Amino acid sequence: MGLSLFEKLWREHLVESQEDGTDLVYIDRIFLHERTGSIALSSLEADGREVFCPQQVFCCMDHIVDTYLDRSDETTMPSGKDFIVATRSHSLAAGITLFDLNDPRQGIVHVVSPEQGIVQPGMTLVCPDSHTCTQGAMGALAWGIGSSEAEHALVTKTLRVQRPRTMRVRFDGKLSLGVGPKDMILHLIASHGANGGNGCAVEFTGQAVDELDMEGRMTLCNMAVEFSAFTGLIAPDEKTFAFLQGRPYAPAGEQWQQALSYWRQLRSDPDTVYDCELVVDCSALEPQVTWGTSPQHATGISGSVPAVAVAGNDAGEQGGREKALAYMDLQAGDTIAGQPLDAAFIGSCTNSRIGDLRLAASILRGRKVAPGLRAICVPGSMQVKAQAEAEGLDRVFIDAGFEWRASGCSMCFYAGGEHFGYRQRVISTTNRNFESRQGPETRTHLASPAVVAASAVRGCITDPREFMEN
Amino acid sequence: MEKFLQHCGVAAPILRGNVDTDAIIPSREMKRVSKLGLGEGLFAGWRYLEQDGRELNPDFILNQPAYENTTILLSGANFGCGSSREHAVWALAEFGIRAVIAPGFGAIFANNCVRNGLLPLELDDAAVREIATWVERDPALHQITIDLPAQQIHAAGKDYGFAIEPAAKRMLVEGLDAIALTQTRWELIQAFHEQRRQLRPWLY
Repeated sequence: MGLSLFEKLWREHLVESQEDGTDLVYIDRIFLHERTGSIALSSLEADGREVFCPQQVFCCMDHIVDTYLDRSDETTMPSGKDFIVATRSHSLAAGITLFDLNDPRQGIVHVVSPEQGIVQPGMTLVCPDSHTCTQGAMGALAWGIGSSEAEHALVTKTLRVQRPRTMRVRFDGKLSLGVGPKDMILHLIASHGANGGNGCAVEFTGQAVDELDMEGRMTLCNMAVEFSAFTGLIAPDEKTFAFLQGRPYAPAGEQWQQALSYWRQLRSDPDTVYDCELVVDCSALEPQVTWGTSPQHATGISGSVPAVAVAGNDAGEQGGREKALAYMDLQAGDTIAGQPLDAAFIGSCTNSRIGDLRLAASILRGRKVAPGLRAICVPGSMQVKAQAEAEGLDRVFIDAGFEWRASGCSMCFYAGGEHFGYRQRVISTTNRNFESRQGPETRTHLASPAVVAASAVRGCITDPREFMEN
Repeated sequence: MEKFLQHCGVAAPILRGNVDTDAIIPSREMKRVSKLGLGEGLFAGWRYLEQDGRELNPDFILNQPAYENTTILLSGANFGCGSSREHAVWALAEFGIRAVIAPGFGAIFANNCVRNGLLPLELDDAAVREIATWVERDPALHQITIDLPAQQIHAAGKDYGFAIEPAAKRMLVEGLDAIALTQTRWELIQAFHEQRRQLRPWLY
């Protein structure tokens, strides 16, 4: 029986199988951010423990920093400055690399890491952030952990991990115009539930995945955690290698050739048997939008809010749906398209890369956002921002009526600072539509950058294909 | 770390699926660079009437007199999904919660529990609902007993067995420090590290 990509990566990093059933797994790279990293580093210091191999540990300021263009250590989030200052001093003391405010490389950790060539195929990488699975798109084994485990990894360069089961999700067929990776992953989660991935290492394969560019693959893997997967990953191919070549932390010269010959082996054997397999047909897929308070509450843009009671629903999910509809102020049978909006947001580790901005700008060019609608674009990194500005995309966003920001996680979540306002209805390229995630009782609809741009123009949830076909 | 052996306490049913860590502790409640002081922010969005106020919402279960002294939660599938924030577990522990019983957990959350002496106890949906119904009849009197070494729950007049990974059980029962445990394998780790440096030099 052949080995899956996941099994190959696991074996490559297995230090020892423990008698208690866990594996001691070697960790190649660790990323931190100022929200959870500051606590992990200060806790280590208090315990008198040191970081082993600080040159392989990186930290981003992204979660708490403001995204106003004239930002400083002061934040709109109460006490946010404490996290920023603590992260800076602990990073310095520990000797790790910090992408600080005002560093031209600063940005959201899962955007910065691939952009700098830090995450590479065949690596293990962990970060005390659930969306670390994003980086599995590079053919790495990358997963989110808690602060205690981050401390463990920092000190021992290993983690004690229960080996996850494997799953393959094959996306067959060709995506049609206006449909992208965000729609693929939302559809998967809606079809199989927010716990459908059930702790598995999920490998994404199939024609639709092969045809995605690297940024699209990152979007796909980003939401593996919303599927309750241990992580998502995609076998590296020529697109992966081309993306990586020449980036600051990527191998160069002779080492590039060495690495490349190893990376080319990183794919699942044809006769691999997975613990679980799912197939998704993408040929008829339409843009997806969520209507509730879990990413599993998604439907096609031509669809409507489903009934609360559905055969096979367990009591927990039924109760969840009732509460979700009350929270969202929607009723079963309401159509998704046409729901009036207060705000639109483009940003987050899911959809804030240059391709996302180009896509949104292609719809916004020469158009204005609807009167009274607040629209914000937060590039995923300062490099994405610079690239967009070099292409003139900032003018497109600003002329359309979007606020153009510096990089950070921004209003993907509300940390007590800036937010969208009480019960405001927002169309958002982010990953979580949880209650009050984006602000006090803010009603979030998750969607792709194309849907968000089209909806911003119309002031209500809108199918982007209306703008693309003419 | 506090050991988990046997525990008997009041259980509160919050029977909905996908209770995420943003609900367990909203980001706005994570105000200090610290693992402490988070209990007050537990379920803040549901527990308090106003977003930033502290006036208790009488409808929320943990505010009801019958559920005073709650140390166990009963919930739906995928409890603790979402953000990796360990603050969710620190908040639960500081509030006094020792165990959460649900048909399944977010993977990072479950790991975080085990690292902090809190038991994520997996039980099927039907059993959770059966226990919840019994608890609701008289929450203060109908307390649940959990025996982790025996992997048994006593509630509703009967015993329910439950499964748990041996490693998680050992961490909880013995109250182990995972870092100290791993450091006993330090020579092996260093040898692996050196070997990898030779094998994949571009990583170093």
